[in-house]
Amino acid sequence: MRPEEGTMQSRAMAMAALLELLTDQPVVICNGFPSREAQKIADRPTHFYMIGSMGSAAAIALGVALSKPNKQVIVFDGDGNVLMGMGTLATVGALKPKNFIHVVFDNEVYGTTGNQPTISNVVPLEKVAKAAGYVNVERVREREDLVYEFKDMLKKDGPSMLLVKVNEMVEDAGRVMLDPPDITKRFMQAIQ
Amino acid sequence: MIESDVFVQALQDIGVDFFTGVPDSILGGIIAELMERRLYTPAVREDEAVAMAAGAYMAGKIPAVLMQNSGLGTSLNTLISLNYIYQQPCILIVSWRGQGGKDAPEHLVMGEVMPQFLDTMKIPHRTLTEKTAFDDLRWVAETFMKKRIPVALNITKGVVKGLHP
Repeated sequence: MRPEEGTMQSRAMAMAALLELLTDQPVVICNGFPSREAQKIADRPTHFYMIGSMGSAAAIALGVALSKPNKQVIVFDGDGNVLMGMGTLATVGALKPKNFIHVVFDNEVYGTTGNQPTISNVVPLEKVAKAAGYVNVERVREREDLVYEFKDMLKKDGPSMLLVKVNEMVEDAGRVMLDPPDITKRFMQAIQ
Repeated sequence: MIESDVFVQALQDIGVDFFTGVPDSILGGIIAELMERRLYTPAVREDEAVAMAAGAYMAGKIPAVLMQNSGLGTSLNTLISLNYIYQQPCILIVSWRGQGGKDAPEHLVMGEVMPQFLDTMKIPHRTLTEKTAFDDLRWVAETFMKKRIPVALNITKGVVKGLHP
């Protein structure tokens, strides 16, 4: 059964729970439905919404984290995205930015293109991250565990990965409305 | 021949303060100098380096990405669907392998088409020479500031001192 048997939580529910715990931290959100959903749940100038360049979310966030060592930088990523840019797990693991929290919403499918299966049902991405050198990694399913572990990671030195198993449900959210250059400008100003 | 430390200092003088990339032999001297100055963040793929540079730019840095021209192919989608459309500039320091048809087989096709390839990608580019180096760097800085897109400075063999002179 896909996704992991018994997964009740949707990505939007998980994302909303995390966004409630965040204030002005930079958040880089991967392309596809995750960016659209984040924009709908809580549109903040500290959000960088990706609309293309799949696989690059963690690398963009790493560039921010290395340049702003005093800000905690969050990535909202997906399993398909992590698999595509898997080398970046190694770069993060090697450089060990303390201010880097990598959240992976793992629904085991390429949701934006019609739920074609990824391979994250057999490749545990948090274990790859751990082997690559992430300091803290957790895999969660329930909302309470998600909130508990995320709060804990906000207090700890990273890099950290929080993988949350979610179902394939997609929030009814439109395309990202801002023009890409405006997203850049707004984000730059907000994280100065 | 331009000394590596002079070239790196010139980049720092125009404001570059974030360096990442993937090595090439032509760039060996530059990367060694950057590492000595503790300025270099190694990437595992060129598209990753380009995305890191985009993040660094948004966090207030002036980024440069070093790569072999084969890496232009690897980073094509990131350059156009991230940097170009979001107006996130970076300085691409690209070694021109295969120029003039004298190189290993894997470099010959890219070596031949590289200028047209950069034109097609809408990336402004120039090839560094010792004589015009000052102007070349000024042009890079101006294009970066004015256009807010990736700009390429191509480096041919023997123009900047490598590791093995």
